[in-house]
Amino acid sequence: MRAFNYTRADSPAAASQAAQVEGAKFIAGGTNLLDLMKLDIETPAHLIDVNHLGLDQIEATPEGGLRIGALVRNTDLAADARVRKDYALLSRALLAGASGQLRNMATTAGNLLQRTRCPYFYDTHQACNKRNPGSGCSAIGGVTRQLAVIGVSDACIATHPSDMAIAMRALDAQIETVRPDGSTRSIPMADLHQLPGNTPHIETSLMPGEFITAVTLPAPVGGTHIYHKVRDRSSYAFALVSVGLILQEDGTGRVAVGGIAPKPWRVEAAEALLPKGAKAVSERLLEGATPTDDNHFKLTLVERTLASVLAQARETA
Amino acid sequence: MTISRRNFLILGAVTATAFAMPPFISLKAYAASLEQPAMSKITLQVNGKPRELEVDTRTTLLDALRENLHLTGTKKGCDHGQCGACTVIADGRRINSCLTLAVMHDGSEVTTIEGLGMPDKLHPMQAAFIKHDGYQCGYCTPGQICSAVAVLKEIRDGIPSHVSPSLTEPPQLIAAELQERMSGNICRCGAYSNIIEAITEVAEVPA
Amino acid sequence: MKFDTPATTNPIDRLKVIGQPTERIEGPLKTSGQATYAYEQHEAAANQAYGFMVDSAIAKGRIKAIHLDDAKASPGVLAIVTAENAGKLDKGDYNAAHLLAGPEVQHYQQAVALVVAETFEQARAAAQLVKVDYETTDGKFDLAGVKHLGVEPKDELPDVNHGDFDKAFAAAPVQFDQTYTTPDQSHAMMEPHATLAAWKGDQLTLWTSNQMVAWSVGDIAKTLGLPKEKVRLVSPYIGGGFGGKLFIRADAILAALGARMAGRPVKVALARPQMANNTTHRPATIQRIRMGATADGKLTAIAHEGWSGNLADGKVELASQPSQLLYAAENRRVSMRLAPLDLPEGNAMRAPGEAPGLMVLEIAMDEMAERLKMDPVQFRILNDTQVDPVKTERPFSQRQLVKCLQIGAEKFGWNQRNAKPGTRREGRWLIGMGVAAAFRNNLLVKSGARVRLEQDGKVIVETDMTDIGTGSYTIIAQTAAEMMGVGLDDVVVRLGDSDFPVSAGSGGQFGGNCSTAGVYAACVKLREAVATRLGLAADQAEFADGQVRVGNQSLPLRNAAEGGALVGEDSIEFGDLAEKYQQSTFGAHFAEVAVDAATGEVRVRRMLAVCAAGRILNPTSARSQVIGAMTMGVGAALMEELAVDKRLGFFVNHDLAGYEVPVHADIPHQDVIFLDETDPISSPMKAKGVGELGICGVSAAVANAIYNATGARVREYPITLDKILDSLPEMI
Repeated sequence: MRAFNYTRADSPAAASQAAQVEGAKFIAGGTNLLDLMKLDIETPAHLIDVNHLGLDQIEATPEGGLRIGALVRNTDLAADARVRKDYALLSRALLAGASGQLRNMATTAGNLLQRTRCPYFYDTHQACNKRNPGSGCSAIGGVTRQLAVIGVSDACIATHPSDMAIAMRALDAQIETVRPDGSTRSIPMADLHQLPGNTPHIETSLMPGEFITAVTLPAPVGGTHIYHKVRDRSSYAFALVSVGLILQEDGTGRVAVGGIAPKPWRVEAAEALLPKGAKAVSERLLEGATPTDDNHFKLTLVERTLASVLAQARETA
Repeated sequence: MTISRRNFLILGAVTATAFAMPPFISLKAYAASLEQPAMSKITLQVNGKPRELEVDTRTTLLDALRENLHLTGTKKGCDHGQCGACTVIADGRRINSCLTLAVMHDGSEVTTIEGLGMPDKLHPMQAAFIKHDGYQCGYCTPGQICSAVAVLKEIRDGIPSHVSPSLTEPPQLIAAELQERMSGNICRCGAYSNIIEAITEVAEVPA
Repeated sequence: MKFDTPATTNPIDRLKVIGQPTERIEGPLKTSGQATYAYEQHEAAANQAYGFMVDSAIAKGRIKAIHLDDAKASPGVLAIVTAENAGKLDKGDYNAAHLLAGPEVQHYQQAVALVVAETFEQARAAAQLVKVDYETTDGKFDLAGVKHLGVEPKDELPDVNHGDFDKAFAAAPVQFDQTYTTPDQSHAMMEPHATLAAWKGDQLTLWTSNQMVAWSVGDIAKTLGLPKEKVRLVSPYIGGGFGGKLFIRADAILAALGARMAGRPVKVALARPQMANNTTHRPATIQRIRMGATADGKLTAIAHEGWSGNLADGKVELASQPSQLLYAAENRRVSMRLAPLDLPEGNAMRAPGEAPGLMVLEIAMDEMAERLKMDPVQFRILNDTQVDPVKTERPFSQRQLVKCLQIGAEKFGWNQRNAKPGTRREGRWLIGMGVAAAFRNNLLVKSGARVRLEQDGKVIVETDMTDIGTGSYTIIAQTAAEMMGVGLDDVVVRLGDSDFPVSAGSGGQFGGNCSTAGVYAACVKLREAVATRLGLAADQAEFADGQVRVGNQSLPLRNAAEGGALVGEDSIEFGDLAEKYQQSTFGAHFAEVAVDAATGEVRVRRMLAVCAAGRILNPTSARSQVIGAMTMGVGAALMEELAVDKRLGFFVNHDLAGYEVPVHADIPHQDVIFLDETDPISSPMKAKGVGELGICGVSAAVANAIYNATGARVREYPITLDKILDSLPEMI
């Protein structure tokens, strides 16, 4: 870990402005950033602590939705009564992630911006286009059981590891930001994460120094919410496949899938096939998938998991 | 000072022309060579006592406790948030002290295993771990105990878990809830079954 | 004390203190964080500096150049150790690869340098500035691909050919032939390997985390070219070992070298992501089992042939060994082949040989029982043997496998199991039960201790025995208290210091029996000294309640030390009883699993182990050993695998996020039953080991339960859900 200067920011705009200093980076929960700094994967020269900006509130919006401060901890978001009642998918996804200790630290914005858990990304002895652009990808042709099956490129087959992001995608969340010049904008969740293409080191559509201030949820959509995370052990593990489902009584609904792609994977055209069942949805959702021998099973697993949550949702409804 | 391509692209720093000092970053701090450790004076409230120390900004809360304050009850098992041996209670919540910086906790109240109880005056959770043999090598044990104390509070506070059948009902004090909530504390010796019995015994005594 | 005739009645048989479910005596220290491990010895030496290891980026080849300029210029750096400046280094007798690479690199993440600095942060930062140029050479990384290169390990397991296997197998009415694999596994103990090293002149002291103090003193001396007398090793608490700390590792040698170069004490801990490739692991195996049986289920032929790989000086994994002894059959072939691999060193992990061997053999037994249309419990009972099947004149000293199976079946509700797979369903979940035999040999190793009666009446026990979570402190205190007739509070136990008499150490589940037998021997000496001092006949003296009695005469024990402390020191040495009798421990594991019918996720719902392992010295800590081993067995069944990148030659998932071990939520309440057994052939303690018995067979019981639940017979561990998806019911 390189030496760095540490400062506490006192306003979002100041934080964004401070990020203009070369090598500056925001630190919130720190659970992913410090992990990567210890391994010399992240090497900030300045850390701007954004934990004291008062962005830890969850407020109702005039539109009937919720505005979740960027620094709301995963535990608090999952436990919020409004989220539990109206956005159960979000609570469930959060609670399926990490551990109690990590959820007490990790923040809403930090969770969205966490980086891949690809073991080749984590091993600095190995070539990785995400860590060291142009160096190649050691993962392709290697041990790929955990890695992505769709949305990948010849440069990168890493997944996005977040559970929360799957729910945010299904709930049509909007990401609110402030830029160094003080201007603000709102980014649809669908547009936040980028597919790797030839530039796997560019992971989001955020501009340099752009700072997430909140995540906004539209008014509740109702329906039955289920998040099923499939993993190799019962808890405290990343997903092989996770399926987030919101099913309405008329059989329509929304599906977002984790563990299979570089971003939360949701295909609206596939959702339209929900009344036809899991097979139809999965086939459309996974169209163009390019699995490896190691992770081909994820295609079957997506379909079976979706079938299972659909059955559960129908029972619950 | 050099800037690598990946820093430029990923860290969101702007071009060199926008090299303006934000007002709240002290000039002194900024002038310090990046190659030199940046030191910071902080005060931690550790187990009820204020402890002033000067730390490298890189020092984790875990290393500040273990190396600076010689409170070695908090363990380093993985240093990457993958095992839970470093669990402490900071400002009322259990956290992995390996994944947070000491400087981020200036002014925080931190309770470590030493603060829960010592051999001559054990916390009920420590006593229950001994009674139920909820440990073997002892290395994950302080983290398990800190976590267990916090878990009971989380259940009392109504915080749901992955295995809570309902999100709208209060969580129950049952083994499955304890097992899920304790899953961030790995015990390779495999004392899990005994640990759950120890926690259950403490839970059944009204707090 | 020479132990060469079966034990008769002795003071241990009183079982006033020993044999009781005593709480661990170090419990208050461990639960309050006051037990200090290797990296926590702030009081041991002043002015400690920090070392951080630099590890190799390649699996095999040479270091062309190491560029240290940036690291040397980094703030706080005091010294950088490399093979070029370390002086001549030998290799320890117990190490397969050198602990410091250069110029040759033998495996991935082998140490190439140590950076010493004033602070941990500075050492780590500087270590990340060390740049190394390598020349890579091709290596062998795929066991299946080099299997044909395997050679017979003549020193470890020469081929066993008893009767005529080929003929008997060909003639058998029911035949079975399957091949299985077990993966590389990581010890993943919670405390990383760590050492504080300090020199006083030419005298080196290492505070380290090590299971085998005397072995390791020898290997440190050999590696550094020092006389053994110049090395002291202190290992009072060990944060888990499981075989991974049997030997010295890079932390110890690098700390010693770094301290010498920096001229001050240096401490080094391996970073977690360095451990899996830098240290040892349980080697992967390929195992083929063939069995022939009569139509009514009598085994007539067994062949268990296995393959494992290792570095040139490494050993074979003795996976087929249990098939020498576990079941009757007149015709038998048991063999292992050791193939060359350039992966990190494979070595002992909890129950080496038996653990991976039974993972396989006990699935095969389940498969064979099904083929014979027999209950798997009955099939095992039918093929029990009370003698060594190869040397039939050699009986087992004790063998209660049948009873373990019978009691377990009854307690577990085995009769509720439906033999037809996939027939029991509860909602989303498919339910199944599995059984497996547990078997682990009882090993005997010389062990010494020194016991001192102080003037205040305290009894001090000193031995270099270690406590790796096994309960050594407590059972040794219980042994001394029983022998000297004092309370547990009057005994002080000091362990893990090479200044103390050499013990068996912690390994091979021999530590509990052998180290307490050594304390027994020393106590016998001390009792003689006490009796002599008190003017009593030693052979008639009874030590109880702090008194020494002969007939009507009774004197306080402490009177014997009025004129100065009395010391008894001795070792237990084992004669040829182990040749006359086969000494083994036995058990039966039962598991019930639920498998998600859609996703194949497995949840273990119930577990029971029934163990027959000689006298249980402390039922509390022994039970903990067994449940811990059962937990590790669940990990081996369901998730543990060091994934090999066969192109680049390394374990890819080398941290605790990638290498998954069981968490709380994976483990249900576990039940353990110990059969009442004393084994006078094993030692004066009449005890054997349980710590490794507990893992033997567990994984197969889980595997068999998964088969019973789903019909998925997986022969490649671990049984992850991707391997059973295709066997699950169709989804509608």
